[in-house]
Amino acid sequence: MSIEVIKPGLLTSLQDAGRRGYAQLGLGRAGAVDEPSMQLANALVGNAGDEAVLEITLAGPTLRFQQDAVVALTGGLIEGRVEGQALPAWTSCFLPAGSVLRLGGMRHGCRSYLAVRGGFDCTPVLGSRSTDLHAGVGPLQGKAVQAGDMLAIGEHAAAPWFQSTQGMQALRWGLDPQPWLDYERAPLALLRGHHADALDEASQRALFSQRFMLSKDSNRTGCRLDGAPLQLRQSLELISEATLPGTLQLPPSGQPILLLAEAPVTGGYPRIGQLAAVDLPRLAQRRPGDTVSFRETTLDEALQRLGEREAALRRLLQRIEQRLESA
Amino acid sequence: MTFALADLPIEALAEDAWLLRFGDRIDAAVNDRVHAAAARLQANLGGVECVPAYASLLLRFDVAQWLGDDGRFSAERLRAAIAAAWDAGSLTGKTPREVSIPVCYGGDAGADLHEVAAHAGMSADEVVRRHVAALYRVAMLGFAPGFPYLLGLDHALAVPRRSHPRIRVPAGSVAIGGQQTGIYPQALPGGWHLIGRTPVCLFDLAAASPSLLQPGDHVRFRAIDEREYERLAASAGL
Repeated sequence: MSIEVIKPGLLTSLQDAGRRGYAQLGLGRAGAVDEPSMQLANALVGNAGDEAVLEITLAGPTLRFQQDAVVALTGGLIEGRVEGQALPAWTSCFLPAGSVLRLGGMRHGCRSYLAVRGGFDCTPVLGSRSTDLHAGVGPLQGKAVQAGDMLAIGEHAAAPWFQSTQGMQALRWGLDPQPWLDYERAPLALLRGHHADALDEASQRALFSQRFMLSKDSNRTGCRLDGAPLQLRQSLELISEATLPGTLQLPPSGQPILLLAEAPVTGGYPRIGQLAAVDLPRLAQRRPGDTVSFRETTLDEALQRLGEREAALRRLLQRIEQRLESA
Repeated sequence: MTFALADLPIEALAEDAWLLRFGDRIDAAVNDRVHAAAARLQANLGGVECVPAYASLLLRFDVAQWLGDDGRFSAERLRAAIAAAWDAGSLTGKTPREVSIPVCYGGDAGADLHEVAAHAGMSADEVVRRHVAALYRVAMLGFAPGFPYLLGLDHALAVPRRSHPRIRVPAGSVAIGGQQTGIYPQALPGGWHLIGRTPVCLFDLAAASPSLLQPGDHVRFRAIDEREYERLAASAGL
Protein backbone atom coordinates (compact mmCIF):
# COMPACT_ATOMS: atom_id res chain seq x y z
CA MET A 1 0.00 0.00 0.00
CA SER A 2 1.47 3.28 -1.00
CA ILE A 3 1.06 6.40 -3.09
CA GLU A 4 1.06 6.01 -6.85
CA VAL A 5 2.53 8.78 -8.95
CA ILE A 6 0.15 9.37 -11.87
CA LYS A 7 1.83 12.55 -13.09
CA PRO A 8 5.19 13.69 -11.69
CA GLY A 9 4.78 17.46 -12.10
CA LEU A 10 7.59 19.67 -13.38
CA LEU A 11 10.26 18.54 -10.93
CA THR A 12 9.28 16.62 -7.82
CA SER A 13 11.82 14.88 -5.61
CA LEU A 14 12.11 13.27 -2.19
CA GLN A 15 14.05 15.45 0.23
CA ASP A 16 14.90 15.62 3.90
CA ALA A 17 17.31 17.79 5.91
CA GLY A 18 20.24 16.58 3.81
CA ARG A 19 23.17 14.19 3.80
CA ARG A 20 25.93 15.21 6.16
CA GLY A 21 29.54 14.20 6.42
CA TYR A 22 30.42 13.30 2.81
CA ALA A 23 31.61 16.65 1.46
CA GLN A 24 35.22 15.50 1.72
CA LEU A 25 34.34 12.65 -0.65
CA GLY A 26 32.86 15.08 -3.15
CA LEU A 27 29.22 14.60 -2.17
CA GLY A 28 27.25 17.58 -0.85
CA ARG A 29 24.25 17.67 1.47
CA ALA A 30 21.36 18.20 -0.98
CA GLY A 31 18.07 18.22 1.00
CA ALA A 32 15.13 20.63 0.91
CA VAL A 33 15.97 24.03 -0.54
CA ASP A 34 13.43 25.70 1.77
CA GLU A 35 14.16 23.88 5.02
CA PRO A 36 11.72 25.68 7.36
CA SER A 37 8.82 24.83 5.02
CA MET A 38 9.91 21.19 5.04
CA GLN A 39 10.03 21.13 8.84
CA LEU A 40 6.64 22.80 9.18
CA ALA A 41 5.05 20.32 6.76
CA ASN A 42 6.39 17.44 8.84
CA ALA A 43 5.20 19.04 12.08
CA LEU A 44 1.67 19.51 10.71
CA VAL A 45 1.28 15.75 10.17
CA GLY A 46 2.79 14.98 13.57
CA ASN A 47 6.10 13.59 12.28
CA ALA A 48 8.77 13.75 14.94
CA GLY A 49 11.85 14.51 12.91
CA ASP A 50 12.87 15.50 9.44
CA GLU A 51 11.09 12.72 7.57
CA ALA A 52 11.36 12.69 3.79
CA VAL A 53 8.86 14.97 2.05
CA LEU A 54 8.12 15.72 -1.58
CA GLU A 55 9.68 18.92 -2.86
CA ILE A 56 7.47 20.21 -5.66
CA THR A 57 8.65 22.80 -8.20
CA LEU A 58 6.25 25.26 -9.88
CA ALA A 59 3.76 22.64 -11.14
CA GLY A 60 2.70 19.76 -8.96
CA PRO A 61 2.17 16.03 -9.35
CA THR A 62 -1.00 13.97 -9.41
CA LEU A 63 -0.97 11.28 -6.74
CA ARG A 64 -3.32 8.38 -6.00
CA PHE A 65 -3.46 7.33 -2.36
CA GLN A 66 -3.94 3.58 -2.01
CA GLN A 67 -4.33 3.91 1.75
CA ASP A 68 -5.67 6.47 4.22
CA ALA A 69 -3.14 9.25 4.74
CA VAL A 70 -2.63 12.47 6.67
CA VAL A 71 -0.86 15.08 4.60
CA ALA A 72 0.25 18.71 4.86
CA LEU A 73 1.28 21.10 2.14
CA THR A 74 3.54 24.08 2.89
CA GLY A 75 5.95 26.37 1.04
CA GLY A 76 4.85 28.02 -2.22
CA LEU A 77 1.08 28.34 -2.63
CA ILE A 78 -0.11 25.68 -5.04
CA GLU A 79 -3.57 24.67 -6.26
CA GLY A 80 -4.50 21.31 -4.75
CA ARG A 81 -7.74 19.43 -5.47
CA VAL A 82 -9.09 16.11 -4.29
CA GLU A 83 -12.14 14.95 -6.28
CA GLY A 84 -12.94 18.56 -7.15
CA GLN A 85 -12.58 19.78 -3.56
CA ALA A 86 -9.82 22.26 -2.74
CA LEU A 87 -7.07 20.94 -0.48
CA PRO A 88 -6.27 23.56 2.17
CA ALA A 89 -2.57 24.33 2.51
CA TRP A 90 -0.50 25.01 5.64
CA THR A 91 -2.69 22.68 7.71
CA SER A 92 -3.20 18.98 8.38
CA CYS A 93 -5.56 17.08 6.06
CA PHE A 94 -6.95 13.56 6.08
CA LEU A 95 -7.28 11.79 2.72
CA PRO A 96 -9.18 8.47 2.59
CA ALA A 97 -7.84 5.54 0.59
CA GLY A 98 -8.57 5.98 -3.11
CA SER A 99 -8.17 9.78 -3.07
CA VAL A 100 -6.54 11.33 -6.11
CA LEU A 101 -4.68 14.52 -5.20
CA ARG A 102 -4.08 16.85 -8.14
CA LEU A 103 -1.56 19.58 -7.50
CA GLY A 104 -1.60 22.22 -10.21
CA GLY A 105 0.33 25.41 -10.80
CA MET A 106 1.97 27.48 -8.10
CA ARG A 107 0.28 30.83 -7.49
CA HIS A 108 3.05 32.20 -5.31
CA GLY A 109 6.59 30.99 -4.68
CA CYS A 110 8.57 28.29 -6.44
CA ARG A 111 8.72 25.23 -4.17
CA SER A 112 6.02 23.45 -2.15
CA TYR A 113 6.50 20.65 0.37
CA LEU A 114 4.11 17.75 0.79
CA ALA A 115 4.54 15.75 3.99
CA VAL A 116 2.72 12.57 4.85
CA ARG A 117 2.20 11.19 8.35
CA GLY A 118 4.80 8.43 8.82
CA GLY A 119 7.04 10.04 6.23
CA PHE A 120 7.81 8.81 2.73
CA ASP A 121 9.47 5.49 3.43
CA CYS A 122 12.59 4.65 1.48
CA THR A 123 15.97 3.24 2.40
CA PRO A 124 18.34 6.03 3.41
CA VAL A 125 21.36 6.38 1.13
CA LEU A 126 24.47 7.34 3.11
CA GLY A 127 22.28 8.30 6.02
CA SER A 128 19.76 10.47 4.20
CA ARG A 129 16.55 10.23 2.20
CA SER A 130 17.34 13.36 0.22
CA THR A 131 17.82 13.20 -3.53
CA ASP A 132 20.96 14.69 -5.05
CA LEU A 133 19.73 14.99 -8.62
CA HIS A 134 23.10 16.25 -9.84
CA ALA A 135 25.14 13.41 -8.34
CA GLY A 136 22.38 10.84 -8.89
CA VAL A 137 22.45 9.80 -5.24
CA GLY A 138 19.42 9.12 -3.05
CA PRO A 139 16.04 7.36 -3.17
CA LEU A 140 14.58 6.35 -6.57
CA GLN A 141 18.18 5.84 -7.83
CA GLY A 142 18.88 9.51 -7.19
CA LYS A 143 16.25 10.61 -9.72
CA ALA A 144 13.24 12.90 -9.60
CA VAL A 145 9.84 11.31 -9.07
CA GLN A 146 8.42 9.80 -12.29
CA ALA A 147 5.01 8.61 -13.42
CA GLY A 148 4.44 5.08 -12.19
CA ASP A 149 6.66 5.40 -9.12
CA MET A 150 5.13 3.91 -5.97
CA LEU A 151 5.96 5.94 -2.87
CA ALA A 152 5.65 3.97 0.36
CA ILE A 153 4.38 5.58 3.55
CA GLY A 154 6.29 4.86 6.75
CA GLU A 155 4.70 3.15 9.74
CA HIS A 156 2.68 5.46 11.95
CA ALA A 157 -0.14 5.60 14.47
CA ALA A 158 -3.51 7.02 13.35
CA ALA A 159 -3.74 10.79 13.80
CA PRO A 160 -5.92 11.30 16.91
CA TRP A 161 -7.05 14.72 15.66
CA PHE A 162 -9.12 13.16 12.90
CA GLN A 163 -12.09 11.25 14.36
CA SER A 164 -13.75 9.74 11.33
CA THR A 165 -12.23 8.25 8.20
CA GLN A 166 -14.99 9.38 5.85
CA GLY A 167 -14.03 11.78 3.07
CA MET A 168 -11.39 14.43 3.00
CA GLN A 169 -11.07 16.47 6.19
CA ALA A 170 -8.92 19.36 7.31
CA LEU A 171 -8.20 20.90 10.68
CA ARG A 172 -10.12 24.06 11.56
CA TRP A 173 -6.84 25.85 12.06
CA GLY A 174 -3.72 26.24 9.96
CA LEU A 175 -0.54 28.23 9.86
CA ASP A 176 -0.16 31.71 8.46
CA PRO A 177 2.22 31.33 5.50
CA GLN A 178 2.97 35.06 5.60
CA PRO A 179 6.11 34.91 7.81
CA TRP A 180 7.51 31.97 5.80
CA LEU A 181 6.89 33.17 2.29
CA ASP A 182 8.68 36.04 0.62
CA TYR A 183 5.85 38.51 0.01
CA GLU A 184 7.98 41.57 0.66
CA ARG A 185 10.54 41.06 -2.09
CA ALA A 186 12.99 43.09 -0.03
CA PRO A 187 16.69 42.86 -0.94
CA LEU A 188 18.41 39.64 0.12
CA ALA A 189 21.21 40.01 2.68
CA LEU A 190 24.64 39.21 1.23
CA LEU A 191 28.01 38.91 2.95
CA ARG A 192 30.91 40.25 0.90
CA GLY A 193 32.89 37.35 -0.53
CA HIS A 194 36.64 36.84 -0.59
CA HIS A 195 36.87 38.18 -4.15
CA ALA A 196 34.33 41.02 -3.93
CA ASP A 197 37.20 43.50 -3.82
CA ALA A 198 38.48 42.11 -7.12
CA LEU A 199 35.36 43.46 -8.88
CA ASP A 200 35.87 46.80 -10.60
CA GLU A 201 34.32 49.77 -8.84
CA ALA A 202 31.22 49.95 -11.01
CA SER A 203 30.59 46.24 -10.51
CA GLN A 204 31.01 46.52 -6.74
CA ARG A 205 28.31 49.20 -6.79
CA ALA A 206 26.16 47.19 -9.19
CA LEU A 207 26.32 44.09 -6.99
CA PHE A 208 24.46 45.97 -4.26
CA SER A 209 22.22 48.12 -6.44
CA GLN A 210 21.15 46.44 -9.66
CA ARG A 211 18.32 43.96 -9.94
CA PHE A 212 19.21 40.53 -11.27
CA MET A 213 16.74 38.23 -12.98
CA LEU A 214 16.62 34.53 -12.15
CA SER A 215 17.37 32.74 -15.40
CA LYS A 216 15.24 29.82 -16.56
CA ASP A 217 18.39 27.69 -16.27
CA SER A 218 18.11 27.91 -12.48
CA ASN A 219 17.75 24.62 -10.60
CA ARG A 220 18.53 22.99 -7.25
CA THR A 221 22.25 23.46 -7.89
CA GLY A 222 22.02 27.20 -8.30
CA CYS A 223 20.18 30.30 -9.45
CA ARG A 224 21.74 31.91 -12.49
CA LEU A 225 21.36 35.66 -12.19
CA ASP A 226 21.04 37.70 -15.37
CA GLY A 227 21.86 41.41 -15.42
CA ALA A 228 24.48 43.83 -16.66
CA PRO A 229 27.63 41.64 -16.44
CA LEU A 230 29.87 42.14 -13.41
CA GLN A 231 33.53 42.67 -14.28
CA LEU A 232 36.72 41.90 -12.43
CA ARG A 233 39.51 44.50 -12.48
CA GLN A 234 41.70 41.77 -13.91
CA SER A 235 41.12 38.08 -14.40
CA LEU A 236 42.06 35.87 -11.45
CA GLU A 237 43.84 32.54 -11.66
CA LEU A 238 42.16 30.65 -8.84
CA ILE A 239 42.48 27.13 -7.56
CA SER A 240 39.42 25.18 -6.46
CA GLU A 241 38.28 25.53 -2.88
CA ALA A 242 35.15 24.74 -0.92
CA THR A 243 31.82 26.20 -1.99
CA LEU A 244 28.56 26.12 -0.04
CA PRO A 245 24.85 26.66 -0.54
CA GLY A 246 24.49 30.45 -0.61
CA THR A 247 27.87 31.06 -2.27
CA LEU A 248 27.66 33.71 -5.02
CA GLN A 249 30.15 32.79 -7.75
CA LEU A 250 31.19 34.82 -10.76
CA PRO A 251 31.94 32.78 -13.89
CA PRO A 252 33.71 34.44 -16.85
CA SER A 253 30.34 35.42 -18.41
CA GLY A 254 29.92 38.04 -15.67
CA GLN A 255 26.49 36.61 -14.78
CA PRO A 256 26.72 35.43 -11.16
CA ILE A 257 25.45 32.07 -9.91
CA LEU A 258 24.00 31.73 -6.42
CA LEU A 259 24.48 28.14 -5.30
CA LEU A 260 21.63 26.25 -3.63
CA ALA A 261 21.16 22.91 -1.84
CA GLU A 262 23.03 20.90 -4.50
CA ALA A 263 26.02 23.22 -4.56
CA PRO A 264 29.16 21.42 -5.75
CA VAL A 265 31.51 20.90 -2.81
CA THR A 266 34.37 22.74 -4.54
CA GLY A 267 34.57 25.42 -7.18
CA GLY A 268 37.15 27.56 -8.89
CA TYR A 269 35.19 30.70 -9.80
CA PRO A 270 35.70 33.95 -7.91
CA ARG A 271 33.55 33.99 -4.78
CA ILE A 272 31.98 37.45 -4.64
CA GLY A 273 29.41 36.90 -1.91
CA GLN A 274 27.63 34.58 0.48
CA LEU A 275 23.90 34.84 1.00
CA ALA A 276 22.88 35.11 4.66
CA ALA A 277 21.56 31.63 5.57
CA VAL A 278 18.34 33.16 6.90
CA ASP A 279 17.54 34.43 3.38
CA LEU A 280 18.15 31.10 1.58
CA PRO A 281 14.49 30.02 1.96
CA ARG A 282 13.41 33.41 0.58
CA LEU A 283 15.59 32.90 -2.48
CA ALA A 284 14.28 29.32 -2.76
CA GLN A 285 10.78 30.75 -3.27
CA ARG A 286 11.75 33.11 -6.10
CA ARG A 287 11.11 31.68 -9.53
CA PRO A 288 12.72 32.04 -12.95
CA GLY A 289 11.80 35.48 -14.31
CA ASP A 290 11.64 37.01 -10.80
CA THR A 291 14.20 39.62 -9.92
CA VAL A 292 16.40 39.83 -6.85
CA SER A 293 18.62 42.51 -5.39
CA PHE A 294 21.16 42.38 -2.61
CA ARG A 295 22.01 44.52 0.37
CA GLU A 296 25.27 44.16 2.25
CA THR A 297 25.14 42.47 5.63
CA THR A 298 27.65 41.57 8.31
CA LEU A 299 28.32 38.19 9.87
CA ASP A 300 27.02 39.46 13.23
CA GLU A 301 23.74 40.62 11.72
CA ALA A 302 23.39 37.41 9.69
CA LEU A 303 23.96 35.28 12.80
CA GLN A 304 21.52 37.34 14.82
CA ARG A 305 18.75 37.09 12.22
CA LEU A 306 19.41 33.36 11.84
CA GLY A 307 19.20 32.90 15.61
CA GLU A 308 15.92 34.79 15.76
CA ARG A 309 14.45 32.80 12.88
CA GLU A 310 15.53 29.49 14.46
CA ALA A 311 14.01 30.48 17.81
CA ALA A 312 10.71 31.48 16.14
CA LEU A 313 10.66 28.24 14.15
CA ARG A 314 11.33 26.13 17.25
CA ARG A 315 8.51 27.90 19.13
CA LEU A 316 6.12 27.31 16.27
CA LEU A 317 7.08 23.64 15.87
CA GLN A 318 6.45 23.18 19.60
CA ARG A 319 3.07 24.92 19.45
CA ILE A 320 1.99 22.78 16.51
CA GLU A 321 2.90 19.64 18.44
CA GLN A 322 0.95 20.83 21.50
CA ARG A 323 -2.13 21.79 19.48
CA LEU A 324 -2.19 18.48 17.64
CA GLU A 325 -1.88 16.57 20.93
CA SER A 326 -4.70 18.50 22.55
CA ALA A 327 -7.00 18.18 19.54
CA MET B 1 54.82 19.03 9.89
CA THR B 2 55.55 22.00 12.09
CA PHE B 3 53.74 25.24 11.46
CA ALA B 4 51.71 27.49 13.69
CA LEU B 5 47.97 27.40 13.24
CA ALA B 6 47.78 30.90 14.69
CA ASP B 7 49.59 32.27 11.62
CA LEU B 8 46.96 30.97 9.20
CA PRO B 9 44.37 33.32 7.80
CA ILE B 10 40.90 32.12 8.75
CA GLU B 11 37.98 33.41 6.75
CA ALA B 12 34.34 33.08 7.76
CA LEU B 13 32.67 31.84 4.56
CA ALA B 14 29.23 31.55 6.08
CA GLU B 15 27.50 31.49 9.47
CA ASP B 16 28.50 27.84 9.94
CA ALA B 17 31.69 27.54 7.89
CA TRP B 18 35.26 28.76 8.21
CA LEU B 19 38.02 28.40 5.65
CA LEU B 20 41.65 27.98 6.70
CA ARG B 21 43.97 29.09 3.90
CA PHE B 22 47.40 27.49 3.61
CA GLY B 23 48.47 29.06 0.33
CA ASP B 24 47.24 30.23 -3.04
CA ARG B 25 48.70 27.76 -5.50
CA ILE B 26 48.62 24.08 -6.39
CA ASP B 27 51.68 22.78 -4.61
CA ALA B 28 52.39 19.38 -3.08
CA ALA B 29 54.02 20.81 0.07
CA VAL B 30 51.07 23.14 0.71
CA ASN B 31 48.63 20.27 0.14
CA ASP B 32 50.60 18.10 2.59
CA ARG B 33 50.00 20.74 5.26
CA VAL B 34 46.28 20.81 4.46
CA HIS B 35 46.01 17.05 4.99
CA ALA B 36 48.12 17.10 8.15
CA ALA B 37 45.83 19.78 9.56
CA ALA B 38 42.67 17.96 8.42
CA ALA B 39 43.79 14.72 10.08
CA ARG B 40 44.64 16.44 13.33
CA LEU B 41 41.50 18.57 13.54
CA GLN B 42 39.25 15.70 12.47
CA ALA B 43 40.67 13.55 15.27
CA ASN B 44 40.54 16.16 18.01
CA LEU B 45 37.72 18.55 17.22
CA GLY B 46 34.31 16.98 17.76
CA GLY B 47 31.26 17.75 15.65
CA VAL B 48 33.13 19.65 12.96
CA GLU B 49 33.27 18.53 9.34
CA CYS B 50 36.66 19.04 7.63
CA VAL B 51 36.78 19.38 3.85
CA PRO B 52 40.33 19.56 2.50
CA ALA B 53 41.06 21.16 -0.88
CA TYR B 54 44.34 21.96 -2.65
CA ALA B 55 45.45 24.79 -0.39
CA SER B 56 42.59 25.28 2.02
CA LEU B 57 40.57 23.46 4.61
CA LEU B 58 36.86 24.05 5.18
CA LEU B 59 35.51 23.62 8.69
CA ARG B 60 31.76 23.25 8.74
CA PHE B 61 30.20 23.32 12.20
CA ASP B 62 26.89 23.55 13.99
CA VAL B 63 26.40 27.12 15.22
CA ALA B 64 24.37 25.84 18.22
CA GLN B 65 27.42 23.91 19.46
CA TRP B 66 29.50 27.07 19.84
CA LEU B 67 27.42 29.49 21.88
CA GLY B 68 28.95 31.80 24.46
CA ASP B 69 27.52 32.77 27.87
CA ASP B 70 25.24 35.29 26.17
CA GLY B 71 23.63 32.52 24.09
CA ARG B 72 25.14 33.84 20.87
CA PHE B 73 27.68 32.22 18.58
CA SER B 74 31.15 32.68 20.04
CA ALA B 75 33.93 32.82 17.46
CA GLU B 76 36.39 32.91 20.37
CA ARG B 77 35.16 29.56 21.71
CA LEU B 78 35.50 27.91 18.32
CA ARG B 79 38.90 29.47 17.71
CA ALA B 80 40.11 28.24 21.12
CA ALA B 81 38.79 24.73 20.41
CA ILE B 82 40.57 24.67 17.05
CA ALA B 83 43.81 25.77 18.72
CA ALA B 84 43.43 23.15 21.46
CA ALA B 85 42.65 20.40 18.92
CA TRP B 86 45.69 21.47 16.97
CA ASP B 87 47.97 21.33 20.00
CA ALA B 88 46.60 17.94 21.04
CA GLY B 89 47.93 16.30 17.88
CA SER B 90 51.36 14.88 17.40
CA LEU B 91 53.70 16.90 15.21
CA THR B 92 54.48 14.04 12.86
CA GLY B 93 51.70 13.32 10.41
CA LYS B 94 50.50 9.77 9.80
CA THR B 95 51.98 7.97 6.82
CA PRO B 96 49.34 8.17 4.09
CA ARG B 97 47.64 5.00 2.90
CA GLU B 98 48.83 3.87 -0.54
CA VAL B 99 46.27 2.60 -3.03
CA SER B 100 47.24 0.79 -6.23
CA ILE B 101 44.98 1.36 -9.25
CA PRO B 102 45.23 -0.99 -12.26
CA VAL B 103 44.86 0.84 -15.58
CA CYS B 104 44.51 -0.41 -19.14
CA TYR B 105 46.25 2.35 -21.11
CA GLY B 106 45.51 3.42 -24.69
CA GLY B 107 43.16 1.79 -27.19
CA ASP B 108 39.46 2.53 -26.84
CA ALA B 109 39.95 2.98 -23.10
CA GLY B 110 42.44 5.80 -23.58
CA ALA B 111 41.34 7.52 -26.75
CA ASP B 112 43.56 10.57 -26.22
CA LEU B 113 46.80 8.76 -25.31
CA HIS B 114 48.38 9.49 -28.69
CA GLU B 115 47.35 13.13 -28.56
CA VAL B 116 48.95 13.48 -25.12
CA ALA B 117 52.08 11.75 -26.45
CA ALA B 118 52.24 14.09 -29.46
CA HIS B 119 51.80 17.12 -27.21
CA ALA B 120 54.55 15.90 -24.87
CA GLY B 121 56.83 15.03 -27.80
CA MET B 122 57.34 11.42 -26.74
CA SER B 123 56.00 7.95 -27.53
CA ALA B 124 52.76 6.64 -26.06
CA ASP B 125 54.79 3.99 -24.21
CA GLU B 126 56.89 6.71 -22.63
CA VAL B 127 53.72 8.55 -21.47
CA VAL B 128 52.51 5.33 -19.81
CA ARG B 129 55.94 4.67 -18.29
CA ARG B 130 56.00 8.13 -16.74
CA HIS B 131 52.35 7.96 -15.62
CA VAL B 132 52.92 4.72 -13.68
CA ALA B 133 56.30 5.83 -12.33
CA ALA B 134 54.94 8.72 -10.27
CA LEU B 135 53.57 8.64 -6.73
CA TYR B 136 50.36 10.71 -6.51
CA ARG B 137 48.54 12.38 -3.68
CA VAL B 138 44.74 12.72 -3.51
CA ALA B 139 44.70 16.50 -3.11
CA MET B 140 40.92 16.58 -2.82
CA LEU B 141 37.72 14.93 -4.02
CA GLY B 142 35.17 16.98 -5.90
CA PHE B 143 33.40 17.64 -9.20
CA ALA B 144 31.49 14.38 -8.68
CA PRO B 145 31.32 11.97 -5.72
CA GLY B 146 34.65 10.12 -5.46
CA PHE B 147 36.45 12.06 -8.22
CA PRO B 148 40.08 12.41 -7.05
CA TYR B 149 42.20 15.38 -8.04
CA LEU B 150 45.70 13.85 -8.02
CA LEU B 151 48.90 15.82 -7.51
CA GLY B 152 52.24 14.46 -8.67
CA LEU B 153 51.88 14.28 -12.44
CA ASP B 154 55.20 14.30 -14.32
CA HIS B 155 55.46 17.89 -15.62
CA ALA B 156 56.26 16.63 -19.12
CA LEU B 157 52.78 15.04 -19.32
CA ALA B 158 50.84 18.21 -18.59
CA VAL B 159 48.45 19.06 -21.41
CA PRO B 160 45.74 21.76 -21.54
CA ARG B 161 42.12 20.62 -21.26
CA ARG B 162 40.30 19.69 -24.48
CA SER B 163 38.77 22.64 -26.28
CA HIS B 164 35.56 20.59 -26.75
CA PRO B 165 34.66 18.68 -23.58
CA ARG B 166 33.07 15.28 -24.07
CA ILE B 167 29.40 14.98 -23.16
CA ARG B 168 30.02 11.55 -21.68
CA VAL B 169 33.28 10.16 -20.36
CA PRO B 170 33.00 6.45 -19.42
CA ALA B 171 33.25 5.43 -15.78
CA GLY B 172 36.78 4.48 -14.71
CA SER B 173 38.48 6.72 -17.29
CA VAL B 174 41.93 7.88 -16.22
CA ALA B 175 42.62 11.33 -17.58
CA ILE B 176 45.00 14.27 -17.64
CA GLY B 177 43.81 17.88 -17.34
CA GLY B 178 46.52 20.51 -17.13
CA GLN B 179 49.02 19.60 -14.43
CA GLN B 180 46.62 17.13 -12.82
CA THR B 181 45.49 13.62 -13.34
CA GLY B 182 42.27 12.04 -12.13
CA ILE B 183 39.77 9.21 -12.51
CA TYR B 184 36.09 9.55 -13.49
CA PRO B 185 34.16 7.48 -10.91
CA GLN B 186 31.04 7.33 -13.06
CA ALA B 187 30.05 8.35 -16.58
CA LEU B 188 30.24 12.14 -16.61
CA PRO B 189 30.77 15.03 -18.97
CA GLY B 190 34.45 15.96 -18.99
CA GLY B 191 37.16 17.99 -20.66
CA TRP B 192 40.27 16.07 -19.62
CA HIS B 193 42.31 13.87 -21.97
CA LEU B 194 41.57 10.16 -21.59
CA ILE B 195 44.67 7.96 -21.44
CA GLY B 196 43.27 4.74 -19.99
CA ARG B 197 40.60 3.09 -17.88
CA THR B 198 40.48 1.21 -14.59
CA PRO B 199 38.08 -1.66 -13.85
CA VAL B 200 38.10 -0.66 -10.18
CA CYS B 201 34.93 0.89 -8.74
CA LEU B 202 35.79 4.25 -7.18
CA PHE B 203 32.48 5.13 -5.60
CA ASP B 204 30.13 2.46 -4.27
CA LEU B 205 27.05 3.63 -2.38
CA ALA B 206 26.60 0.18 -0.86
CA ALA B 207 30.11 0.08 0.64
CA ALA B 208 30.72 0.96 4.28
CA SER B 209 33.14 3.60 3.05
CA PRO B 210 31.67 4.68 -0.28
CA SER B 211 34.80 6.22 -1.77
CA LEU B 212 37.78 4.00 -2.60
CA LEU B 213 40.07 7.01 -2.23
CA GLN B 214 40.17 9.39 0.70
CA PRO B 215 41.66 12.87 0.73
CA GLY B 216 45.37 12.63 1.50
CA ASP B 217 45.79 9.03 0.22
CA HIS B 218 48.75 8.15 -1.96
CA VAL B 219 47.99 6.54 -5.31
CA ARG B 220 50.09 4.50 -7.74
CA PHE B 221 48.93 3.35 -11.16
CA ARG B 222 49.77 -0.10 -12.49
CA ALA B 223 49.57 -0.87 -16.22
CA ILE B 224 47.45 -3.90 -17.14
CA ASP B 225 46.52 -5.37 -20.52
CA GLU B 226 43.02 -5.76 -21.94
CA ARG B 227 42.73 -9.38 -20.80
CA GLU B 228 43.48 -8.47 -17.20
CA TYR B 229 41.12 -5.52 -17.46
CA GLU B 230 38.35 -7.89 -18.57
CA ARG B 231 39.21 -10.36 -15.82
CA LEU B 232 39.19 -7.69 -13.10
CA ALA B 233 36.04 -6.08 -14.47
CA ALA B 234 34.27 -9.46 -14.44
CA SER B 235 35.32 -10.17 -10.87
CA ALA B 236 34.17 -6.69 -9.84
CA GLY B 237 30.78 -7.55 -11.30
CA LEU B 238 30.86 -4.76 -13.85
